[in-house]
Amino acid sequence: MDLTFSERETAFRDELRRWLADNPPPPRPSDGGEEAEHAWRRDWQRRLYDGGWAAPHWPAEYGGRGASLTESAIYFEELGRARVPLPANILGLLLGGPTLMVWGTDEQKERFLPPILSGEEVWCQGFSEPDAGSDLAALKTRAVPDGDDWVVTGQKVWTSGAQHSKWCMLVARTDNEVAKHKGLTYFLMDVEQEAVQIRPLRQITGEAEFNELFIEEARIPDANVVGGVGNGWKVALTTLMNERAGLGFALQVRLRQQLDDLLAIAGERGLLEDPIVADALADLHVRCESIRLLAWKGLTDTERYGQPGPEGSLVKWRWSDTNQRLTQLAADIVGPEALTAGTHWSYELLRARGNTIEGGTTEVLKNIVAERVLGLPRLKAAA
Amino acid sequence: MDFGLSDDQRDIQRTARELLASRAAPERVREHAEAARTDAALWRELSELGWPGIAVAEAHGGQGLGSVELAILCEELGRSLAPVPFLPSVLTATLIEHAGSPEQRERWLGGLASGELTGAVGDAGRDGSGWDAPLVAGGAGADVFVLVDDGAAACVLARDEAEVTDAASIDSTRPAAGVSGAGEPLGAGGELAAALDRALTAVAAELVGVCDRALEMTVAYVKERHQFGTPVGAYQAVSHRCAQMLLDTEGARVAVSFAAWAADAGAGGEGVLPEAAAMAKAAASDAGRDVTAAAIQLHGGIGFTWEADVHWFYKRAQLDAALLGGARTHRARLARIAAARATSAVPA
Repeated sequence: MDLTFSERETAFRDELRRWLADNPPPPRPSDGGEEAEHAWRRDWQRRLYDGGWAAPHWPAEYGGRGASLTESAIYFEELGRARVPLPANILGLLLGGPTLMVWGTDEQKERFLPPILSGEEVWCQGFSEPDAGSDLAALKTRAVPDGDDWVVTGQKVWTSGAQHSKWCMLVARTDNEVAKHKGLTYFLMDVEQEAVQIRPLRQITGEAEFNELFIEEARIPDANVVGGVGNGWKVALTTLMNERAGLGFALQVRLRQQLDDLLAIAGERGLLEDPIVADALADLHVRCESIRLLAWKGLTDTERYGQPGPEGSLVKWRWSDTNQRLTQLAADIVGPEALTAGTHWSYELLRARGNTIEGGTTEVLKNIVAERVLGLPRLKAAA
Repeated sequence: MDFGLSDDQRDIQRTARELLASRAAPERVREHAEAARTDAALWRELSELGWPGIAVAEAHGGQGLGSVELAILCEELGRSLAPVPFLPSVLTATLIEHAGSPEQRERWLGGLASGELTGAVGDAGRDGSGWDAPLVAGGAGADVFVLVDDGAAACVLARDEAEVTDAASIDSTRPAAGVSGAGEPLGAGGELAAALDRALTAVAAELVGVCDRALEMTVAYVKERHQFGTPVGAYQAVSHRCAQMLLDTEGARVAVSFAAWAADAGAGGEGVLPEAAAMAKAAASDAGRDVTAAAIQLHGGIGFTWEADVHWFYKRAQLDAALLGGARTHRARLARIAAARATSAVPA
């Protein structure tokens, strides 16, 4: 057992830290709304790219640094610690690129990877549908062959960043005759076509991070099938596994910072003398640290022993629950300001409700833990 | 970064699990618990294997291994609930070794490390006439006691200098006693805090073992038990609570690993030991109570009977959760540590 970084890892972290200190992003735009925010993150990705830091987890042959899992986690921890934004094309960097590296043809890798890295082409993810959320394989969007193209019709939801995207990782049904997991195919769909209508989905915070996509006979060339026709479920799982990996470290650090901010506010207001407040804050501290330790244990066990433990499923569950507890406690500590529209803490309070739903609901995560980690029997689905 | 155990540590873990599975099977634990007796034969065997002295320095007759190895054994003994005074004795040795005077170490450590003597640690109050601990787990047969007052002061008491009274705790796998007396100060020079942090880590490790086994028994039971024509473990009201038990157990486990590592890491870890130990005890105390309570609930009616074994785990968890301060006590300490750091980290 050694809970310190190796010399190489420490050197990686220090180099990144120095770079981030020397190359801070410009201040976040205070007006201009969502467009300005995206432009800001796009410029930031360009700066990371120019510095060689857009995707250290990518192999060197594709423009990354071939960073280890640990270094990749350090990267996201450090981005979080420096309080810089995530690059604009985070979905392409984290999900799309790595999925293509596993399943893509040489032509696809050559065509798509460079503009993902530079941020010239932004990617979004078209998986969920109104009737296919937790039960993703039940999706209904159809693709039928037509010459060298596929013609796609259907509806997608929770597509973040679609309005800025060029490419959508789209899973559609290409065969109705086989079991539901087997009839799926993974496509790269050009979002910039008339047949794809993007409608922002206003969420409980009032903003629209996500969109609905209405797809009416969109065309996708056959060359944009990833991993073969009928193999979409496996390719999608590659994407989803990447979703739960790296990003967790950035979120975990952000949680820590929110807690530190809240501790500082409680301190300024003399509330740490209140044993009930102190107890609640310390409870969050324990939870927050256990998330950090579980995340590192899961990652390093995978890296060293090739054997992921149960931690992967536990981290997202505990993180989402803890962030909800934290933002709720903030409402008590901060007072009316936390309930005033447009403030930081009111936003966090509302945004946190999504945490236990997005990227796998807590209920689904508990099923995964019960069935795959504890080996409990599966309840037969209602007929 | 590596949370894994070394080959030697893995051997210790495997040997302990195998030995305890054969020597401390549930029937044997029950037999001793019902008679409120310790298992003298098993204690002799463990002593011959050097377990009581695993973390005691070689100079004092121990094996000179660290907190990680100690935590491994504590966890395994927590899993088995073997009716031997292991935890009380190693806590006594830890506190005397890391906070005691040279004379105190000389007098007690050799015997505690060899298992010829046993010790027990209790939470006590003080007044003008001395120390008083109404319920010291493992105290019934102990030769030496360490009494601790709210983490702030401690004393050592030889059995023949103490007034030892009968006291039955709910956990009869570890026969208790009431202990009072004048006592000899322990760790008055400021060494007590770090010694207590090591002791807390050991208690938390035992709690992780208790949780682990309670979860294992519960999962086995809900797979077997059928109602409405299906294993009850298929119902999400049941399976999700099992998942929660796992989350609580694993959360406590990583905190214990962190604390044990910090205690052994010397210069690298010493700075974080107070925080790590407080986190481990807070997380493990809560997990111990919640996981064993869930174990009883998920066993249904049988879980409330004397005949089923889950209640022993619940009882041990209750005693361990309170020992040397419960979750709230250690969260109060953490709040001070975290606030100091947050305030220093945030620009004015």
